[in-house]
Amino acid sequence: MNTIDLKKIKTISIILAAIGMVSIIIGFLTDVQREWASLLFNNFFFFAIALAAAFFVAVQYVSNSGWSIVIQRVPEAIGTYLPVALVLMAIIILGGMHSIYHWSHHDLYDPNSEHYDPIIAGKQAFLNLPFFIIRMVVYMAGWLGLFYLIRKNSIAADFAPLGDNTLYKKNFRLSAIFIVFFAVTSSASSWDWLMSIDTHWFSTLFGWYIFSGMFVSSLVVITLTVLYLKSKGALPSVNDSHIHDLGKFVFAFSIFWTYLWVSQFLLYWYANIPEEITYYQERFQNFKTPLLIMLAINFVMPVLILMTRAAKQNAKILMILGAILLIGHWVDLYLLVMPGIMGNEASVGIHEIGSFFFFAGAFLFVVFNNMSKVSLEIKNHPYIEESVHHHS
Amino acid sequence: MKRVHYGIYDDEEILLSAVKQLKSKNWNIKEVYTPFPVHGLEHALGYKHTRLSTASFIYGLTGLSLGMLMTWYMLIQDWPINIGGKPNFTFADNFTSFIPVLFELTIFCAAHGMVLSFLIVCGLFPGAKESNPIPETTSHLFAIELDDNNANAEEVNQILLSTKAIEVKTLERD
Repeated sequence: MNTIDLKKIKTISIILAAIGMVSIIIGFLTDVQREWASLLFNNFFFFAIALAAAFFVAVQYVSNSGWSIVIQRVPEAIGTYLPVALVLMAIIILGGMHSIYHWSHHDLYDPNSEHYDPIIAGKQAFLNLPFFIIRMVVYMAGWLGLFYLIRKNSIAADFAPLGDNTLYKKNFRLSAIFIVFFAVTSSASSWDWLMSIDTHWFSTLFGWYIFSGMFVSSLVVITLTVLYLKSKGALPSVNDSHIHDLGKFVFAFSIFWTYLWVSQFLLYWYANIPEEITYYQERFQNFKTPLLIMLAINFVMPVLILMTRAAKQNAKILMILGAILLIGHWVDLYLLVMPGIMGNEASVGIHEIGSFFFFAGAFLFVVFNNMSKVSLEIKNHPYIEESVHHHS
Repeated sequence: MKRVHYGIYDDEEILLSAVKQLKSKNWNIKEVYTPFPVHGLEHALGYKHTRLSTASFIYGLTGLSLGMLMTWYMLIQDWPINIGGKPNFTFADNFTSFIPVLFELTIFCAAHGMVLSFLIVCGLFPGAKESNPIPETTSHLFAIELDDNNANAEEVNQILLSTKAIEVKTLERD
């Protein structure tokens, strides 16, 4: 870690966040609703990266993975953005409630009101403010608590006596709990925070689809961070096989993401039921070009470019493709949030890009700051030797 | 008939280092038998990268084209079917409903093509004669097949034993 110019990264991230802050203020002065919507999807983008990084760590423990130990400190550090992301999420959701969520307006549930909406009123048992807040608190407490313990044990294990695996076994159990909790809450939180924007519409596949998107973005960020740290000499044990495995992950989950996107779209397209198809009608009428470009970026590019073994190990290809994939999944989230809130008035401008800068700055600052506080190389892990000698 | 020597090993790491030692002394390793794929063995033996992946890509493209041809001919050209009032009569408008077919056919052709190519390259067809001289290498042992280059049999066996082989065998094969 001491080969990294931490000051430079911090300066860059503070500048990014400052630009973002200014644009957020301008955004609120010009169009409040658009600004809340931009804040929501940009924050969700980085929140998803942090949450899926925590999930990645848990998966490595539960699957007894050996290969990933030399890079495990990277997803652990990315996961430390989670508390910041969740605090911001709570502020955005509660502050922008009425701008973002149509269902939060009380007159929709009043049969005497002219705005009475029987469909939304029928969902009141689930979509009401107290229960919404209770769910949010449960998700946040679970994710933060479990991931905090996993990371704490992982760091404490560095100083444990040699051959002592009690902390590893503890983390195995914690990770198993995290994964079960994550399986339910990653779906439920995406219904709450994203799907409920288009209140009339629902999809049973939505949670999985959001999960796949967040996992791809997170894998890309992990890969880019590992490549960056390796190029600076901070991860001497990482070899081509580790990079190859990360490339395989990005390749496979890009296909998985497309599979879920098509599965969701295909059924609605087939059935052509009015209340279901409106969601895609909106997107295909007003956002056809970005939608199709987004699909091409997120599916065709990784499939064709990352197909060969050499490409998966090539740092330059991974860096460029990773940056493009991040843009692709950002557009994906944009198309999930903005059409439902802004309709055909949605566009990309200072609101959307400015708030992206803000969260990107915060993300970089928190991740690298926390990364610098612990050793990047795990010691005393039962699989560390296997990981150092990993070859595929 | 030709005389070949076999060094038999009981551990993959020892096998790997034995291969490297023999290679560095310019011995001619004809074949290595292992019960499971040993990581890094293909590099140690200096094998060229397999072209199976390229072949699989081509098989996949064949399947995709086949699927497009099939769906286009059956459901657009020969007998247009109006399913659920979908936009009909052009391939592009109906493309969404063909995705599962195209997907399945791509995988079908890629997978079967790869398996068949593999069997043909390895000469495994019905009635093929078994060619593995050390049957234990299909369960728990590893064997290196060495061409003796007309060297002294004793010398070859010594070399094999020096690489920690648990046993050496000399067989006459054609």
